[in-house]
Amino acid sequence: MNSRIFFYTLVAGLFLLGIFQTVQRHFAFDIPWMPGETRTVWNIDAKIDFNALNEPVVASLTTPNSQAGFTQITQNAASPGYGLSFLYEENSPQAQWAIRKASGPQTLYYNIQLLVDKKSVDQPITEMPELFEAEYAPAGLAAGSDIIADALKTSADAFSFTRELLKQINATEPNQNVSLILTSKRSKTDLLIDLLNEAKIPTKKIGALVLEDGRRRQHLQPLVEVFQEKDGKITSRLFDATTTKAVDRSNLLLWDQSGKALLELTGGEHSKVSFSMIQQDQPALAAILQKTDNDHLFNFSIHSLPVEDQSLFKNILMIPLGVLIVVMMRVLIGLKTSGTFMPVLIAMAFIQTSLITGLIGFVMLVAVGLFIRSYLSHLNLLLVSRISTVIIMVILLIALFGVLSYKLGLTEGLKITFFPMIILSWTIERMSVLWEEEGAKEVFTQGGGSLIVAVLAYFAMSNEVTRHLMFNFIGLQFVVMSFVLVLGSYTGYRLLELRRFKPLADKE
Amino acid sequence: MFFSSPFKLRDKGILGMNQRNSGYVGRYNPRKLYPLVDNKLKTKIIARDANVTTPALLGVITMQAEVENVEQFIKDTPGFVIKPAKGSGGKGILVVTKVENGRYYKSNGNEESLAEIKRHVTNILAGLFSLGGSADVAVIEGLIQFDSAFDGFSFEGVPDVRVIVFKGFPVMAMMRLSTAASDGKANLHQGAVGVGIDIGTGRAINAVQFDLPVERHPDTDKELKQLNVPRWERLIYLAASCYEMSGMGYLGTDMVLDRDLGPMLLELNARPGLAIQIANGKGILPRLKRVESLKDADKMTVEERVAFSKKHFSE
Repeated sequence: MNSRIFFYTLVAGLFLLGIFQTVQRHFAFDIPWMPGETRTVWNIDAKIDFNALNEPVVASLTTPNSQAGFTQITQNAASPGYGLSFLYEENSPQAQWAIRKASGPQTLYYNIQLLVDKKSVDQPITEMPELFEAEYAPAGLAAGSDIIADALKTSADAFSFTRELLKQINATEPNQNVSLILTSKRSKTDLLIDLLNEAKIPTKKIGALVLEDGRRRQHLQPLVEVFQEKDGKITSRLFDATTTKAVDRSNLLLWDQSGKALLELTGGEHSKVSFSMIQQDQPALAAILQKTDNDHLFNFSIHSLPVEDQSLFKNILMIPLGVLIVVMMRVLIGLKTSGTFMPVLIAMAFIQTSLITGLIGFVMLVAVGLFIRSYLSHLNLLLVSRISTVIIMVILLIALFGVLSYKLGLTEGLKITFFPMIILSWTIERMSVLWEEEGAKEVFTQGGGSLIVAVLAYFAMSNEVTRHLMFNFIGLQFVVMSFVLVLGSYTGYRLLELRRFKPLADKE
Repeated sequence: MFFSSPFKLRDKGILGMNQRNSGYVGRYNPRKLYPLVDNKLKTKIIARDANVTTPALLGVITMQAEVENVEQFIKDTPGFVIKPAKGSGGKGILVVTKVENGRYYKSNGNEESLAEIKRHVTNILAGLFSLGGSADVAVIEGLIQFDSAFDGFSFEGVPDVRVIVFKGFPVMAMMRLSTAASDGKANLHQGAVGVGIDIGTGRAINAVQFDLPVERHPDTDKELKQLNVPRWERLIYLAASCYEMSGMGYLGTDMVLDRDLGPMLLELNARPGLAIQIANGKGILPRLKRVESLKDADKMTVEERVAFSKKHFSE
């Protein structure tokens, strides 16, 4: 009894392990259950135009970090003649182009693909930006102090203070202090930053891109990030200086978080950066794979193999499912097959040839093979040489069928070469021996049984959903294994035995 | 209904293939003993050591060089059988029923020349008839003179008695009669008639062909109910002693009856089929359970076991 308990513990353990791994993979890596799911990817181009001054040019474009809502998948840049490097300086990524000499109008392109990703989070803030020395005209200084004093009265912390400032700046009828300093030369954003700086609140200017499908020649929208330290923890919030409303980040990509310039250019003038973007729906899996290329989370996975080997595994990982079908058919139904796992191999050939072509080709090959093999049995050959003869014969038959179908214009027929020749030869040999020993009836029972199982295995193994699941969730292999183990201990009747023993059961 | 209910089968105590494999063959037959059963020569040797009668061993040919000497084994016999030790399904068995002035005749009257016999032996040695084509040895046995009690019950072939011996207890028996449909072979799925034999008396209980009840032999029209195996006591005793001899817990023993020498063991089978239940019209499971429930079964002698079986497994 103890061994029974151990056995069922093992089976349950395998089953749970498989399910756990599968569910964990789904939730941790976002691998979809179904093959057809898609995810949104933003494809954004930044175009830099400038006039080169016939001297060495270095252009550094600040590029986006991965952030809340978006994960970077790929980035690349195109600009003939320029040396390109992607740098990461002071917490902000850059694309840097350089050339020894250039003159006239120049255009540089930078492209980034971002996956819409709810799980992505902002980079942690490690330190407050520093305050800077501002220069005001004396009148502006006094007005600014008044505004700050007003706002301080009706606020509790840096964020509510900022909101109070925004109310004043954006009032429909601004008071005279605001009118005084809000000159046409200074934008509301710069004003807000200056005022906050004056009130000793650190800020950073952010360039944000509003994402809208198919937009071209877009520019960054300036935002102000306000920092506050509370209980040793730094938090920040975004504000738009032109409105008192909160900033909606759902369609907003924070492109430039450097706090400096979007583009730093030496050796050129009249620079201009513009953005265009399109929204794409990619298969979820491909998108996620590209994403994880970056963060190496997939290390222990088939996906870490080269693509060529992956496609090999794609077929190998389906075999357990075919094997499960065979076990079920034999143990639960009681179908006789010729060679235990021959149907699985035939099913794999069917996957390559497509079902109907495969069935016709298989039946024809075996039939003709049996016919010729019946002559061989008169020769009293030894087994090994007999099988070898059958193998050569099968190859010749395949060649013959291939050429014949090609001449007849049936290119489908060429797929017959996908059949495993050694397996076919053994099948023919076995069926031939069976024919001699047990008669034709047994050949048709076993041959038919093999084909039924092969077709079922084909459907299980070629199904898009099962292929997706078995390939992406290795844990399912354990689940299949636990099923096979359970079936191995099934001692009940087979379905066909219910028929066989029926006369016996029906006896009074 | 096309299918019968599995619960009904369970009530009748019918053993299914899955249960046979894992519960009996797998549990009671140690893998390492299989060669004793699968190799007829080895079976013969252990049977001789255990005083179990088998057909007379005239000679064994193991090497090609010995093939030339085959005549010395066969020339002075009334008839003989040459078979591969590891043959399966009755393949490669040559039966010569009459030897006259150095000429050999098969049962259908055709002559088989000495050269042909030698070629047959060569084929056996090369593995033509053994599973997987492995090299084999040829066993030459004396011809069995069939008991006249079976006249009219068999068409052409050898009638034999299959006894299932479980842990040394004969639990169920049937006689296999070849028919024209089975082509002289005694395999039930090929159309031989299976006749359930009462363990206590050796009398026919029930007969089936192709899993369906029959009253008379399809070729000879003889009423099968009249079948009565002579020297049943001795036959069942021999079958039961195959347990000690082979070590196999779940064993099919194939016995034949010789007119002069009485019952003898023809071969053993480590994976006996399930058709015996249909031939007996009874499930074998209650009997197997009964034996399994015996505590001191291992201490019982062959006689005690046979007595137990006759008492409990008889109709």
